Amino acid sequence: MNPGIYVRGKTAFKMYEVALSEASEAQLSEVSRKLGLGLSVQEMQAARAYFKSEGRNATDVELQTISQTWSEHCCHKTFKGKIRVGNKEINSLFKTYIAKATREINPPWCFSVFEDNAGIVKFDKGYGIAAKVETHNHPSAVEPFGGAATGVGGVIRDVLGVWADPIACTDVLGFGPLDYDYSKLPAGVKHPKYVYMGVTAGISAYGNNMGIPTVNGAIYFDDSYTGNVTVYCGCIGLLPLNKFQRNAKPNHVLLLAGGKTGRDGIHGVTFASAELTEESEEVSRPAVQIADPIEEEKLKRGIIEVRDRELASAITDLGGGGLSSAVGETAEKFGCGATVALDKVPLKYQGLAPWELYISESQERMLLAVPPENLDSVMEVFEREDVEATAIGTLTAERRLHLEYLGETVADLDMKFLFDTCESTKTAVIETPRLTEPTFAQPENLSETLMQLLSAPNIASKERVVRTYDHEVKGNTTLKPLQGKYAGPNDAVVLKPLDNSWKGLALSCGMNPNYGKIDAYWMAASAIDEAVRNNLAVGGRRIALLDNFTWGNPEKPERLGSLVSACEACYDVATAFRTPFISGKDSLYNESPLGPVTPTLLITAVGIVPDIRSTVSMDLKASGNLLYLLGETYPELGGSEYYRLKGFIGKSVPKLHATKARRTYYNLTKAMGEGIIKSCHDLSEGGLAVAAAEMAFAGGHGLELDLRPVPNKLVKRNDFLLFSESNSRFLIEVAEQDRSEFEDLIRSKACAPIGKVTKDENLRIHGLDGKVVVDAGLAELRRSWKKTLSMEAQGE
Amino acid sequence: MRREEIKVCVMRVGGTNCDAETKRAFQELGVQAEVLHVNELVKQGNLLDYNVLVFPGGFSFGDYVRSGVIFARSLSVKLGKEIDTFVDEGRPILGICNGFQILVEYGLLPGFEGTSAYPEATLTTNVPQGFKCQWIRLKNENKGKCAFTSKIPAGKVLRMPIAHGEGRFLFPVEKEQQMLQKLVDNDMMVFRYCDENGNVADGKYPTNPNGAFHDIAGICNREGTIFGLMPHPERAMYWWQQPDWTRQKQMAQYGDGKLVFESLIDHLTKKI
Repeated sequence: MNPGIYVRGKTAFKMYEVALSEASEAQLSEVSRKLGLGLSVQEMQAARAYFKSEGRNATDVELQTISQTWSEHCCHKTFKGKIRVGNKEINSLFKTYIAKATREINPPWCFSVFEDNAGIVKFDKGYGIAAKVETHNHPSAVEPFGGAATGVGGVIRDVLGVWADPIACTDVLGFGPLDYDYSKLPAGVKHPKYVYMGVTAGISAYGNNMGIPTVNGAIYFDDSYTGNVTVYCGCIGLLPLNKFQRNAKPNHVLLLAGGKTGRDGIHGVTFASAELTEESEEVSRPAVQIADPIEEEKLKRGIIEVRDRELASAITDLGGGGLSSAVGETAEKFGCGATVALDKVPLKYQGLAPWELYISESQERMLLAVPPENLDSVMEVFEREDVEATAIGTLTAERRLHLEYLGETVADLDMKFLFDTCESTKTAVIETPRLTEPTFAQPENLSETLMQLLSAPNIASKERVVRTYDHEVKGNTTLKPLQGKYAGPNDAVVLKPLDNSWKGLALSCGMNPNYGKIDAYWMAASAIDEAVRNNLAVGGRRIALLDNFTWGNPEKPERLGSLVSACEACYDVATAFRTPFISGKDSLYNESPLGPVTPTLLITAVGIVPDIRSTVSMDLKASGNLLYLLGETYPELGGSEYYRLKGFIGKSVPKLHATKARRTYYNLTKAMGEGIIKSCHDLSEGGLAVAAAEMAFAGGHGLELDLRPVPNKLVKRNDFLLFSESNSRFLIEVAEQDRSEFEDLIRSKACAPIGKVTKDENLRIHGLDGKVVVDAGLAELRRSWKKTLSMEAQGE
Repeated sequence: MRREEIKVCVMRVGGTNCDAETKRAFQELGVQAEVLHVNELVKQGNLLDYNVLVFPGGFSFGDYVRSGVIFARSLSVKLGKEIDTFVDEGRPILGICNGFQILVEYGLLPGFEGTSAYPEATLTTNVPQGFKCQWIRLKNENKGKCAFTSKIPAGKVLRMPIAHGEGRFLFPVEKEQQMLQKLVDNDMMVFRYCDENGNVADGKYPTNPNGAFHDIAGICNREGTIFGLMPHPERAMYWWQQPDWTRQKQMAQYGDGKLVFESLIDHLTKKI
């Protein structure tokens, strides 16, 4: 290494310059590594060319700013760059699949999509709904409580960043098996149980303390999450659309509001864009931020008042990349430059170098652009809430990013260079894993198998965790995550956000990580179908989707190949269903010494319930009612919980017949509108048998079912019919007197009454030969379902 | 006093988070209700313009030490005089969840001998430990003194949700029987955790969700004008907030929480 390329700046404070223009390729890599920039050689070359043309050295502040702006986390190189698959070149996965689907569907109710921190759809009475889901995987792996809590805090700020008042949080989590063998745990990987306890506690702490109900979510257990915990945090907000301000201009003041800045969260984004290693703990600990939900609660109050009084012209949150992203992106969005005096930034403690405070990801901070004449009023608002707010700079007409510290220039970058340079070309290979379908005899006692499935971690009740989240605060949760006396698993929650409207908001999600091991295309298609199904099951319609990818290292062609496949599915299914994407986020590089994360796409669905009084829950309502099965059952057990129980993966992953499904969904919605559906439950993990059992023990009514009338596509075994996870299926309870009206509305050959709700507290199912194949008491089924993750089961 | 003349102050500070739905519950019943930040009340000096003071739920100042203690102490410094007058004049004060914790930390509850300089009871970590959000049942054991249950028959079973991690009501162990006796003798006992049939939990989880001494969920002061409870009546106000409304053919328009607010308003409108 040539020490000559690092030059101590002639400043009174600590700053280094790097003589990039003289640097060799090897030195460029060395600089990137040494300063923790995470930039590739090509990117360093671009930086070298820029500083050569400027005829000067680069400062550390400038290099760090470039590093943050060009990081995967901030500029999404993989999703926005070029990808070569065989002879084909995809110019931006995002534009080619995700955004294209939305553009083609082009619904009039989309207000703002993909543009800001969160997507916005129209709701009612002039209000809009903002939605955003984020991942916080890497920080949660290193520090589970703090990582998850700041994940929640971050996504809430995303919603505040579009002037919306947060009204609900969602969370979907992936952990390794809780009984993972300690001796197999590699150095640097924390035990799944520790991670599970910390992450769930972190989520509950942040949402509860801020008073935002955590209403929807899911928990999955999979081996591949052992080294790569997966934490999705979502937030839904409500805003009066006429208060949505986005018109910042030169001379508007950049106001930093909220918490103070410290060394926590340095290099969070470059950390998020790298693989986890044994040293992650030591090297990356500072990359995890410290959460203070009360600070954010106060900040929220101030922001909502500034919004209502229309005092500011723009707002953005400080998330990944800290000030560097917030200042740069605000200036870029409004075609401005910016001048910022970094010494004005309030610090937690002294001693931060200018570059550190510029990229620090300390939490609970927002950046507002304020017309100078409104500055005093805005300051008063924050003062009243005991929130610190500081004018740190202004937007400028000149398109340059100009940073000062104690009167000295520490960065002076051309905005165009900063924002237009970032691009990449990657290579993808689409591989089909070599898998086979297992052969095994049908178990003799299928009641026993059903109990085992109900106890399987991915199916078992998550009540113990859900109850630690306040899902009722704000008093607007009308369909709860847990249904009724027995806490049955509702498919979605319904909120009633406005006091003067009966219109509701249905929130649901879909995720099928196990399918990702077989086929990423069908995994993604199934996730969308599941999210939509869950939403429809409670009465949701006019559904908007959010896509969140958690993937392995995209530099590896086969990982990228599966990402391309999943994106193709997103386009195909969204356009077939006419459900647009409104927001999304990707978390790549989820790899650990145990290998990559299983390709995981979380789909969050935001639906509208035209009148909450027609909401449908999943618990059986009355004996004598009919139970219909809507949708066809195929021998699709690849990746199913049943195969997992038997120790297999298999190959026959569930497919999706999207056009057919859409017709069914349309008719189901019509029947819901007529109010003749007493209960409805989607079929997912564990298939027909698990869904029927859940409806029965949640409602306290028995069921007598027959597999012979099941709309059956070549399934010849009772166990396969009971546990197949074919998509697009529902169980629907209808009163005898509504039979013909229901059948007229559904008008589908793939819909058949398969049994009745009974008085005795038993689930009894007749097999293909008419003999009873499942016969189990509700209490016993309920106990099997509750015992795995619950401490209360023993007392039941 | 006429219903529409009643002015309710819902007081908040950083970390208060159930203020909006608490205000909504009062407004639903036709009284005036406002949410005011404690900074605002200090600046305006107008607390005594209100007839009712409410401390809603939340995590005041984050509750990183004993829940409610920081708010209670800072309040006694900032607005102690006005609070004293409020209490002396018998103006009602309600504390829900974190609000209950604040009233206990302030010394307003149980207040056997008036406002105490030190807390006489505590609301501490749940047993079993951890935050819990769940609908529970309460039995009204008040015989008529409490202004907030004046319209609720003694023995009636009510349903409301709880959402707290620190709701275990305790007296000092050495005095607990003696204090319990005082509580009962002075008709300061209000709500106890019970089952569907009105049988008190007798300490049994999960009917008693937090391990509270004597299944205590809510108490009032000697005069019956100050009332604190852990459950959230404002979340049990409307039919559509109930956990099982999708099972019912016909729902009453309101939930049991309304009875608490309605009782108070009834109490005030009967006063001259």
